Amino acid sequence: MAEPNTLTHFEAALLPHLAAAYNLARWLVRNDHDAEDLVQEAYLRAFNSFDGFHGREGRGWILAIVRNTCYTWLQQRRNQELAEVFDEEQHTGEDHSRSPEAVLLRSADAQLLKDALEKLPVEFREILVLRELEGMSYREIADLVGIPVGTVMSRLARGRERLQRQLTHAV
Amino acid sequence: MSCKEYDTLMDGYLDGELDLLSTLRVEAHLPECANCAQTYESHRALRSSMSSGKLYFKPPNKLAERIHVALHQANNVERRASPSVRRVLKPIPWGIWWPWLSLAASAVLVSMIAWRFGSGIFRPSAEDLLAQEVLSSHVRSLMADHLTDVPSSDQHTVKPWFNGKLDFSPLVKDLSGDGFPLVGGRLDYLQERPVVALVYQRRKHLINLFVWPSAEESRQKTLTRQGYNLFHWTQSHMTYWVTSDLNQTELQEFVRLVQGHQGR
Repeated sequence: MAEPNTLTHFEAALLPHLAAAYNLARWLVRNDHDAEDLVQEAYLRAFNSFDGFHGREGRGWILAIVRNTCYTWLQQRRNQELAEVFDEEQHTGEDHSRSPEAVLLRSADAQLLKDALEKLPVEFREILVLRELEGMSYREIADLVGIPVGTVMSRLARGRERLQRQLTHAV
Repeated sequence: MSCKEYDTLMDGYLDGELDLLSTLRVEAHLPECANCAQTYESHRALRSSMSSGKLYFKPPNKLAERIHVALHQANNVERRASPSVRRVLKPIPWGIWWPWLSLAASAVLVSMIAWRFGSGIFRPSAEDLLAQEVLSSHVRSLMADHLTDVPSSDQHTVKPWFNGKLDFSPLVKDLSGDGFPLVGGRLDYLQERPVVALVYQRRKHLINLFVWPSAEESRQKTLTRQGYNLFHWTQSHMTYWVTSDLNQTELQEFVRLVQGHQGR
């Protein structure tokens, strides 16, 4: 590990995924400063366990470490949002005001969409980010998050539903 | 099946992740159920507004440099550290790993030397070398801030720009209708000849499409190098290389679109 060659190899394999790493961290912790620190910490952790990497798919590997690092941080901060997922039932009232046109019109405002996504519980938010922003397949997301593919699909369905509700109630 | 079950399947359908049977079921159900059709439409609208790229947080420029420095510092500390510091940094039983790691490091070194000097031990194939050349060109185009010579999303601006610079005329297509907007074109140099590099984009992922004439015929090949996906094929006496950090499924979609246009 201490060989300079290993470091070069590490950087060539994983620094190209810095944008994905930062984007995920930023969406998980929701502020620039902590996201930067956590991404750096994740890269150092990754480097220390690089001998377990064995040339696997670099993006999935570094994103898994970023995710773990961020979750540890969120838990340490006793972040409320980890608990929010259990409150879901209280919001599931019927809503008939969601015409596609209305949603398109409103979500055209990127800031509105950003705000709504930030308000989603982290379990839904991360799946939406990995799917819509990172373009990952259900299988890749399932491996990364450690849940079955069916759960990825149902979280996406519920996540989109909640996002929709946020957007139609905004404005 | 109840509508509630379709509610979840709908998203799998939208994402193209369902098996054939479930796909057919959803397709049969949608025209019959106004409620589900509305959910589908609204999720589809949501999906397209999310994939505009506006939600993607770009890392600040200094972050890569900062991590680079931190890694080098950690690496140096590691090499000089007392055993106690080393344990804090790396909770791995070093006695066990050291011989293997140095062996692995030597293997990396040997293969790098073999690569450099073509000593014949691991001589890479011509195609491997070309793939490496294509990839280097892609990475360089992103790093050196020389992505395009002619930055334009208009195919009628990009195509004429190449006139007089090349001994062939590339077909330039704007694929923004298919979600791959044209970013521009660039003159590049591969296999000891000038080639066309067309740059497309999906979300924040840039795609380089390299084109030059070729007498050889080869079927489509897919490669992965250092986290990048590469596609290669020849068609109508032209060689095509596509490379990007975009995932393989979407890049394959891009390849199909390019192949479709060239065939016309």
